[in-house]
Amino acid sequence: MSLTYHLQIVNLLAALLLLISFAMLSQRRIVGLITLFAWQGAALTLSTGLIAWSTGQHHLYYSAGLTLLLKVIGIPWFFFRLVKKLDVDRDVEPMINIPTTMLIGIVLVIFAFNLALPISQMSGTVMRSTLGIAMACVLLAFLMMITRSKAIPQIIGFLSIENGLFFAATSATYGMPLVVELGVALDVMVALFVLGIMSFQIRESFDSMDLKHMEKLKER
Amino acid sequence: MTTGILLQIAQTLAAILLAPLLMGWVNQCRAWLQGRSAPPITQPYRTLRKLFHKDAVIAHNASPLFRFAPYMIFACMALAAGIVPTIANDLPFSPAADVIALVGIFALARVFLALAAMDIGTSFGSLGARREMLVSFLAEPALLMVFFTASFISQSTELPIIVQALAHKEFVIYPSMAFAAVAFWMISVAENARIPVDNPTTHLELTMIHEAMILEYSARHLALIEWAVALKLFTYSALGIALFLPWGIAPQGDPSALPLALLAMLLKMAIGGAALSLMEAISAKLRLFRAPEFLGTAFLLGVLGMLIHFLLEV
Repeated sequence: MSLTYHLQIVNLLAALLLLISFAMLSQRRIVGLITLFAWQGAALTLSTGLIAWSTGQHHLYYSAGLTLLLKVIGIPWFFFRLVKKLDVDRDVEPMINIPTTMLIGIVLVIFAFNLALPISQMSGTVMRSTLGIAMACVLLAFLMMITRSKAIPQIIGFLSIENGLFFAATSATYGMPLVVELGVALDVMVALFVLGIMSFQIRESFDSMDLKHMEKLKER
Repeated sequence: MTTGILLQIAQTLAAILLAPLLMGWVNQCRAWLQGRSAPPITQPYRTLRKLFHKDAVIAHNASPLFRFAPYMIFACMALAAGIVPTIANDLPFSPAADVIALVGIFALARVFLALAAMDIGTSFGSLGARREMLVSFLAEPALLMVFFTASFISQSTELPIIVQALAHKEFVIYPSMAFAAVAFWMISVAENARIPVDNPTTHLELTMIHEAMILEYSARHLALIEWAVALKLFTYSALGIALFLPWGIAPQGDPSALPLALLAMLLKMAIGGAALSLMEAISAKLRLFRAPEFLGTAFLLGVLGMLIHFLLEV
């Protein structure tokens, strides 16, 4: 291996991202989930900043700053308030039990690594080998959305998908153009507000945050 | 060669003699963290001396296996302590067993302990033995996964070569070893009967695993088992240091590095013991049926480490 030290650290952070994704998958409490989401954002910020520093891509600094503001400070703060207001911090049993979910997660990781192999060989960046990890993060976040029935874990899963995609973009092509990134950030903000208001509405109509109740909604 | 053999004997003896000290240090740290006044650090030695001076009481229906098991368990742990490089690397004894055989040595000790626990026929003994088997059959594959990750990096299952590759070559960050380290920590907590899997201080039948197995032992037999438990903790710590923090272990044929190696080993053990007691102080014991989930997570981390090695480090 002839990678420089900061790239080795980026590799380590990529591994950490995957670890946090698994931790989110196994987390039973909503507050723990939000904290883990904030940590994922922090790892993402650090790795983006390091890539920007080591490759001299200045626009990545803005992306890193945006990630820090939005995903480490803004969104977790919003969620903590939401959880407090809705009073939903209890243990949530996922629909599939956790060890099985983890095993499915391993299969997904193997699938993602194999899927990313040919793509990363085409890419010319120094960070191309972490593409597999980014795709694995996306798939694990999908899995989390599928296995949870409550609204807030599903929203966090959705935002965590965005984290994975962001990391994929950074590792495959040194990030998207700044305009696109700003647009995505705005989208995430808007989605967050819409979902936040919607969770109040769900709660108001069904007296619960369990989305299973919505399946029963049928016209008579 | 003679210095090698002398060094081997010195290292094994040091492990056997220092093991109760590590146990005493962990107990002391835990007492401090829980706000109790701590027992002296030499308390395990005093307990051992007291036990060796007592007369043994053995049940009438005990078979010879029951008397034989403590010696066997102690011998297994002493053998394992001799194989793992704690101070000096590549001693004459270490080719005797690679990491896979080392797992086998631990398993041998465990089988004898479980058999001896079931030998008397008390309900506690067989209960403890069954629980121990439940925990260990889940921990063993996870431990092997951790060793495989280290072996893939160093291209060998021999501990001296692994240490050589990790400590004395150019420094490289291995993300896979970070996963393996977390997995190894969880496994060693489970294997050494510590919180959150087992509580070494309780005698409540709902929760105890290890203590239930050794309830029938007394005097010198109990002393040997307690000593073996301390030695097991020491060996696992040495193993963790050799795999994840190997800097400082003296390379082969370099006696001048030995004093520093001894100092580094003591320092790392002290920090590791303090960390262990901190983790014990801040976590609650898991329900017995959550233990498979805990160890399943350890196995998962081991597998992930291996996958990450293939993705990032080849």
